[in-house]
Formats: sequence, structure tokens, C-alpha cells
Amino acid sequence: MIKSPKLARIPHRNVLSIRSNRRWQSTSAEPPPAEGHLPSVATSSFLRTTPDSALRAPGLQWADDGLSGPPNIALAERETRKMNLYQAVRDAMSIALTKDDTAVVFGEDVAFGGVFRCTMGLAEEFGRERVFNTPLTEQGIAGFGIGLASMGHTAIAEIQFADYIYPAFDQLVNEAAKHRFRSGGQFGVGGLTIRCPTMSVGHGGLYHSQSPEGFFLGAAGLKLVIPRSPVQAKGLLLASIRDPNPVIFMEPKILYRSAVEQVPIGDFEIPLGKAETLVNGSDLTLLTWGTPVYHCETAIHMLRSPPESLAKHIPQSIRSAKVELIDLRTILPWDVETIAESVERTGRLVIVHEASRTGGVGSEIAAEIQKRCFLKLHAPVKRVTAWDANAIRKVLYT
Amino acid sequence: MLTPRLRYEQMLQLPVIDNLLYNVQRQGKISFYMTAHGEEATLIGSAAALADDDEILSQYREMAVLLWRGFGFDEIMAQCFGNHEDTCTKGKQMPIHFGSRAHHFHTISSTLATQIPQAAGVAFALTRDPLRRGKNCAAVYFGEGAASEGDFHAGMLLASTIPSPTLFIARNNGFAISTPASEQFHGDGIAARGPGYGVHTIRVDGNDVLAVYSAVKEARRLCLQEGRGVLVEAMTYRVGHHSTSDDSFAYRPRQEVEDRKRIDNPIARFRKFLDARGWWSDAEEDAYKDRVKKEIMKAFRRGETMQHHPVSEMFNDVYGGQEPWNIKEQREELKALLKKYGKDWEPWRNELKKFKGEGKELSE
Repeated sequence: MIKSPKLARIPHRNVLSIRSNRRWQSTSAEPPPAEGHLPSVATSSFLRTTPDSALRAPGLQWADDGLSGPPNIALAERETRKMNLYQAVRDAMSIALTKDDTAVVFGEDVAFGGVFRCTMGLAEEFGRERVFNTPLTEQGIAGFGIGLASMGHTAIAEIQFADYIYPAFDQLVNEAAKHRFRSGGQFGVGGLTIRCPTMSVGHGGLYHSQSPEGFFLGAAGLKLVIPRSPVQAKGLLLASIRDPNPVIFMEPKILYRSAVEQVPIGDFEIPLGKAETLVNGSDLTLLTWGTPVYHCETAIHMLRSPPESLAKHIPQSIRSAKVELIDLRTILPWDVETIAESVERTGRLVIVHEASRTGGVGSEIAAEIQKRCFLKLHAPVKRVTAWDANAIRKVLYT
Repeated sequence: MLTPRLRYEQMLQLPVIDNLLYNVQRQGKISFYMTAHGEEATLIGSAAALADDDEILSQYREMAVLLWRGFGFDEIMAQCFGNHEDTCTKGKQMPIHFGSRAHHFHTISSTLATQIPQAAGVAFALTRDPLRRGKNCAAVYFGEGAASEGDFHAGMLLASTIPSPTLFIARNNGFAISTPASEQFHGDGIAARGPGYGVHTIRVDGNDVLAVYSAVKEARRLCLQEGRGVLVEAMTYRVGHHSTSDDSFAYRPRQEVEDRKRIDNPIARFRKFLDARGWWSDAEEDAYKDRVKKEIMKAFRRGETMQHHPVSEMFNDVYGGQEPWNIKEQREELKALLKKYGKDWEPWRNELKKFKGEGKELSE
């Protein structure tokens, strides 16, 4: 029965709809963000949430410092700001555009800020001649970028989703990768960087969740980089933009908002081709990149102290295993030295990646490591990956 | 009188060079070649209408444009032989894949039409350079077959929307290997597509060198004035085979080719123009062709005996900057193989002799 006098005055048919609206609106949940949300990331110990830890990120190379010798600016004088991953990406591009007059940013929908906000405000700040939309054509975006870079300019192209990079595959593999080699070193497209959001968000399905890095392994001449956090993204992106080779920079989209760190606001790079050991261990090497870094962190915790329901599956004897966790960061060329050195010590390697098993990056790493570390391996190299059935990008953790 | 003579000479030398290099392939001295018979007017007319420092991205049949810019016979031979003087590709590509930064001629790649959206990017770079904005365009050549590729569509879109001063030169020569134009498209050639992209377009008689010159000159002017793509479709006919790997009489009658050579010959048509003005003669024709033949033969003989680049060159320039471990290690692998088998295995021993240094920089 309607008790409220206000409601009593409303015609009966309208009351019903008001009542049902009120009930459905009572939970008032917001629609989930397009790029998804990974709550476990927020509490990750790998994120550098203090200025101090951010400034001391290993391998950080300040642009205003020499390669050796004492720092020009004391760390204490450097500033950081709280940024999520898309803000860090944006910050890197802003620095590139500021310092390099030839730099331009282009792709679908980048002018208004981009579908993941990575280019927010850049068109306003640097003008539409330097930050501009292209028509909907990945092969065109890649080709245009190659032409621009062949003239010595810095071309920062965006492919809206890694899932849509395939029309550009010919341009990237046949043209960009081979540009220097085939012209006897006369031409090259080092100034080309292609950015794309990658990996799963949960609701993305077949075509907003892919990890296509494996397809490019055979294209010598290209570099492939996948950051795990805002500090990493900014440093690796600046390094990629300035690397004298075409680089495909794949940003795990679920981390755009989920990963938040203090990020140095200055100009810094993190070197390409170098993996980073996140957790030191001696019993097993766990190698991964991108979003699974955080799943691996969770897995290590669960191994140490398994939840009640899983306890019976995890023998006491292995709960104290010291797992060495490595973030590969650059997928091509990949840091075989760091991985091999680790596996020589641990004797066990587990590779985790979101891309499906057959022909994935894991197969390349497994083959090379088993060759180098054969006599030291206690067990075959294991790959924990998405299954080959494409539909769902879900990775099981054991 | 000077300029038409120059253009005529540039056209006249092409079949002399083409005939030599085609036959040289037949004799097994070079692995591959593509002639441009019948398209001399399209190539020289357009080359002459461009500025020397306009950026050129070509498909594969545009050696004439490079020659127009002063590329030497020795360099042509070096690339075709892949000998150690080859600066275009350092012996890494098939014959006719020329490229020269100094001549603003971007290195040819076998993949068709990939150069089209790249040209839009090259042109955009020109607008971003205050010294070249409004002065230079990027001219991109392609055949009517390559224009079926998605990259053509992409290139036209980019040059018209970004926009960038890209001059699209379509050589409609009637064939894409064996596929006649009638099987390549149902519409009215390439020109009909231009207006669809909002691109100024002209169709020209590709066998009339003066018409091609005028059309490309005006197209270039418009291109630079508006900073936007302009399309020129030159209607011509591929008299020769697609390449040395092709026998076109398998798909077209000999008579058709002979008729074309007789009725619509770009060199003959221009010859008549010069004759009518008393600017050329039979004697000059013979003398000139003789001279070109001697020069090209000299370059051929010189290039024929040269060795290739050192074996180790095959691992260079995969990456710029620091060399990744996989390249380093694979070079070491070859080293080990050469050390082990290089002297004992005759086929390798003989092959190594063809390389400068005979592989010793690796095996010793």
C-alpha cells in the first residue's frame, strides 16, 4: 500500500513505475569502466606508492643525468605525482612532444583524449597539427607512421586495441621491421612507436582482450615492450620512442586505472631489453609480463598461505618454496641473460602469459632456456597460458 | 630545344638498358629483371615534372625516374648484381629494388602498394619541415593492379584528410602480371576513384610525354598549393613481360603487342614531335643509342666480376643501435659452421669465393 501522501496524489499507473525505479536504483552501482578493474593491483607490493620508492625504481635513467658519474640533480629535489597508467602514458607523450619538435601523436580518436584517455589534453596543449585523428585504417596508420619516421621524424601512433593490429601486420612486419636492413642502412624507421591497449578486462570477449605479441616474434627489426605499472610505462615508453628501432608498445588496459603509483614527473627512461626481478627466490623462476604480474604475486601469497578451501591441494613441503618472480618487460629482444641466470640457480621455470599456448612467446622462451639450462633443469619448462580455445582470456593459477 | 632533347634521350636510353639487362638475366648473370617497355613517356614525363628533391616512393618499374635524377649505370649494375658496390640494398634484395637517400628515392620493396600510405606520411613530414613546406611533395608510383590493395584506399584517405601533399601517380598499363585491367576492376579505372576521396584527379595519355609532363606539373602545383593529395592516372600499355619470370604470350596474343608497338609507341610519337621541329635526326639517334649501349656494357662488364659484400654483412642493419643477443649469437653460429666446413666442403668453398673477404672475417 502506498503510505506517502505525495505518492497518493500520483495516478496509479505512474506510481508503479516510480516504485520499481526506486527499488532498482537503491543499489546505485556505477557501470564498470570499459578497461575493467583489477582490485588486487591496488594492494600490490610491486607498486611504488611513495615518492621515495618511485624515485629509486631500479634502472631508472634520468634524461638530465649522464650515463655514469654522480647525478646532476639530487634525488631529494626530484618531484613525483600520483598517476595511474594512462596518466603516466600521457605524461610520457607530453614530454616527448615537448622536447622533440618532430614528434606527432596520431591514431583513431586521439584528438579528444582517446578511448582510454591516454591522449587527454595533448591536442589542446600541442595543437591539432601535432596531435590528430586519422581515418579508421590501421594499415594506413602504420604506413603513415612509417613514412613519417623514414624522414627522421618521431611518429607516435596509436592502434585502438591490440586486437586490431592485424591490418597493420604487413606494414609492420614487411616494411617497418625490414626498413633498415633492406635499404643497406640508408633508410630506417627508428622514430616509429606504435602504442596499443592489450590483454583482457573480463568482459572484452574475443576482440578486446588479445595479447598478440607472439605474432611479431619473427619480425626481427621490431621491438616489443609491455609495461606493468605507471612508472614502468612512462620510462619504457620514453625509451621506446627514442629507441632507434620501430617499437610496438602494448599497454595492459585493465591496468590503466587499476595501477596507481607515484611517478616522477621529470624526463626519465627505463632501458629496453632488460627484465626486472621483482621477488628474489631460489626454488623456482616465475616469468611473466603485463597483467599476470599481479596474478603471479597473488599466486605466490596463496602458495605461502593457502586459503582454507585450497589447503588440502597444497602440500606443506612446497609452501615454503622461494619463488623468484621476473617481469620480462621487453618481449623482443627478450632478456635471455637474466632468465638463464635465474634458471641456472633455481632449476625450474614457469612462464605465464595471457596469450594462448600454441606458438606463444612462452614456446620461444622455453625452447631457448631448455637449450641453455638443460643440465640444470629439475623439471620441464612449464607454460601457464590461456588455452587455445579463443573465447575467454582466463589464466588458471596453480 | 634542350629540354625536349634531354627528355627524348632519357626515354631512348631505357629500351637499350632494358634489353641488355633482360638478356643478361636470360644468360643467368643476374637473377631477375623488370623492363619498362612502353611506359617510357609516363616515367620520364612525370620525372621531369617533379623537383629533384621531391620524395619519390615507387613500386618497381620506375628505374627511369631514378636515372633521370642522375643515378649512375654503375650503381644500377651494382644493385642488380648485388655486388659490394651496391649501396641501395647492400646485396640484400633482389635486382631492381633501388633506393637512394641522396636522390630522394625511397628503397623499393616487393610488397605492392605498401608505399602508398607511407607516401602520405612522407609528405606530412615535408609539411612539418619549414624549409620544405610548400616546396616539396611526396610522389608515389603504383600500377593499376596495386591500386586494388587496401593500402591504396588508406593512402588516399590519409592524404586527403590529414591532409598531406601526396602526388599519386597511377601507371595504368593494362596488366597486373597476367590479369588484365578488365579483371582488376569494374569501375572506370583508377581516376574514377579520386573524386570519391575528394581528391583532385586527372587522367592523361600516358604515352604522350608532353601531356604527362603537363599533367604532372599542374598536379604537383595543385598538390603543393592545397597541401592535399592529387591523383594522376597515366594510361599506357605494358609492352614487355611483367618480369623475367613471365612470358606474357601465355595470356595475350603477340599481334596485340606488335600492334601497340606500332600504333602507340611513346618513343616514336615524341620522335615525330622532335623531327617536325628539326631537333633530332637519324644520325643522332644511332649515335646516341650506340653511346648508351657502350656505356651500359662497360658498366655491366665492370659490375659482373665484382664480389658481393663480406658474408658478415648479412647480419648487419637488422637493428639500429645496440645489437640484440639473438643476432650476435646467430652470427657466431655461422662463424662456427664456416670454421668447421668452410674449407672442406667444396660447394661452400666455391660460394665463399664470391664474397669480399671470402668469409675469412668470420672463419678466422
